[in-house]
Amino acid sequence: MTLREQFTVPKRYNTVAFALMGLGLLAIIGLYVTTHTGGGSPAEKEIRDARFWASLLQNSVYFLLVVNASMFFITATTLAWGGWQMSFRRVPEAISACVPIMSVITLIILMAIVFGGNHAIYHWTDTEHVKHDPILNFKKGFLNKGFFTVMTVLTLGLWSFLGWKMRQISRSIDDKPLTVEEGKRYIWKNTVWASLYLLVFALTVMSSIPWLWLMSIDAHWYSTMYSWYTFASTWVAGISLIALYVIFLKNNDYLELTNEEHLHDLGKFMFAFSVFWTYLWFSQFMLIWYANIPEETTYFAPRAQGPYKGIFWMMLIINFIFPLLLLMRRSSKRNYTTMTFMALLIIFGHWLDFYQMVFPGPMTNPVTKVTSVPLIIYDFAIALGFVGLIMYVTGRTLSRYPLIAKHHPFIKESVIHHT
Amino acid sequence: MPVKKFITGNFYDEAVLFPAVKKARRAGYKIHDVFTPFPIHGLDKAMGLRDTSLHTAGFIYGITGTATAVGFITWALTVDWPINFGGKPYFSLPAWIPITFELTVLFASVGMVLTFCYLCQLAPFVKKDHFNPRSTDDTFVMALECTEKTNEEEAIQFLKELGAEDVKVQYKETGWWLGRYDKDTMPFRKKETEHHKETITQ
Repeated sequence: MTLREQFTVPKRYNTVAFALMGLGLLAIIGLYVTTHTGGGSPAEKEIRDARFWASLLQNSVYFLLVVNASMFFITATTLAWGGWQMSFRRVPEAISACVPIMSVITLIILMAIVFGGNHAIYHWTDTEHVKHDPILNFKKGFLNKGFFTVMTVLTLGLWSFLGWKMRQISRSIDDKPLTVEEGKRYIWKNTVWASLYLLVFALTVMSSIPWLWLMSIDAHWYSTMYSWYTFASTWVAGISLIALYVIFLKNNDYLELTNEEHLHDLGKFMFAFSVFWTYLWFSQFMLIWYANIPEETTYFAPRAQGPYKGIFWMMLIINFIFPLLLLMRRSSKRNYTTMTFMALLIIFGHWLDFYQMVFPGPMTNPVTKVTSVPLIIYDFAIALGFVGLIMYVTGRTLSRYPLIAKHHPFIKESVIHHT
Repeated sequence: MPVKKFITGNFYDEAVLFPAVKKARRAGYKIHDVFTPFPIHGLDKAMGLRDTSLHTAGFIYGITGTATAVGFITWALTVDWPINFGGKPYFSLPAWIPITFELTVLFASVGMVLTFCYLCQLAPFVKKDHFNPRSTDDTFVMALECTEKTNEEEAIQFLKELGAEDVKVQYKETGWWLGRYDKDTMPFRKKETEHHKETITQ
């Protein structure tokens, strides 16, 4: 059997990608214009400005973490010495190639928010306010501009560098078959770099970074589960994105070695981590609901009972009930149509999850304490812009390197994979 | 239970077993079962077995558990004996989720174990017979069921040609029956006792 190793980007694919990017750009410009015209008190103006930046923050952070989850998939399976994913390993590799560019965009947005003088998103950037706020004053050692910047730059740099290194190692054996000894050394080298990446991942995505980027929007409130919950959210969306690309390539007659057995395993991941996400979501929710302490329930008041309750409960249904019931059957995990539908739904559902994480904080008027829901159409259009960017970069990377890591020692394990 | 006639053969290699299974099916023989010491991926597909209905049973048990938990707690805490816990409403679903989850898992797991035992015809005091005790050790045993159309000599020759060894005709009772292992069908007991005696005499 001859393998089609070289992916050529279909013309329509890039057209769609550029159209989506254009739509996103238009939405950003439109949103900027609508939020920066018109009068009102300084507080109202600041909230409108915050609405613009919060939209960029939500989309960039969400899609950065989703594409970064692809590299987590590679390193986690590498560390576990898994072989089943080898036949489509180049797909998550290509998706993770979006991390550097997404990092740059996210860094620009975060720095603009922290140093831009708008305090409606990150209240702790207002040094005058922090002096009179005992809670924020107490958290000053963690929530300050210097630490935030250093941590963000370090994190984004390490994700980009270690991800690049993992991709380099993978591509380095494309032209040369390995002997058994070389293969063992190669696996060891992979394992060492993968564990380094995972260490950084555990210290960032699974602990500190969501606290800094997202949880500090509601700076008075804290939850130790928050980072896990954010991680679960982006991880299941990342798996869905990988599944989408596998299906896309299969439909275009690539990835001959990948079959429904591999898709079945991806479906199991989507099913299992949807349930895992719900478990974390509920663990966070129930403790706060049970204790019923005002300083903790402030987070859920605008979300579960306030103006965001529609989005809040809808995303719970999309992210839990739908995967639970629709992905439970074996046949649905092996069906291309169901898997495509569920992958799209899960990516959208967790985008909604991020929406309700980010917006209630900045959209609350500090004087009247009234929370409002912005027009979600703009945010959705900006999200499509980011999707276009990810599509373009992923397609480009896929077409530049062979689709099969054919000299990898574990490739046979993937070819004979059977669930 | 009726006694049926089988022709059994031993296979020593998966690479021989798989083509043999396919050829036996293509030749129209009725494969009663293939006994292996460990699970073999893809054998169910090669034998043309349908998917097990254990999942469906598990789902039904799980749903039953969920309904039982929610139903009982709702009845107990809102109708029969309402208690005010920290000002929470009587019907407070979040507090019941853990118990609901646990009962779902309990019902599903216990129910599935029992169903599995039923499907495999396993239970205490149920006598299970081996076509060949080596199927619990190191060989794969294929059992062809003889119908009135089966030519016995041809079938034996057929199995031998496929690479089977130790081919023989056996009469076995199928299905359920109560009883216990006969002493001579206990494959390992004898050896153990001999070994035991040896160690004592030494």
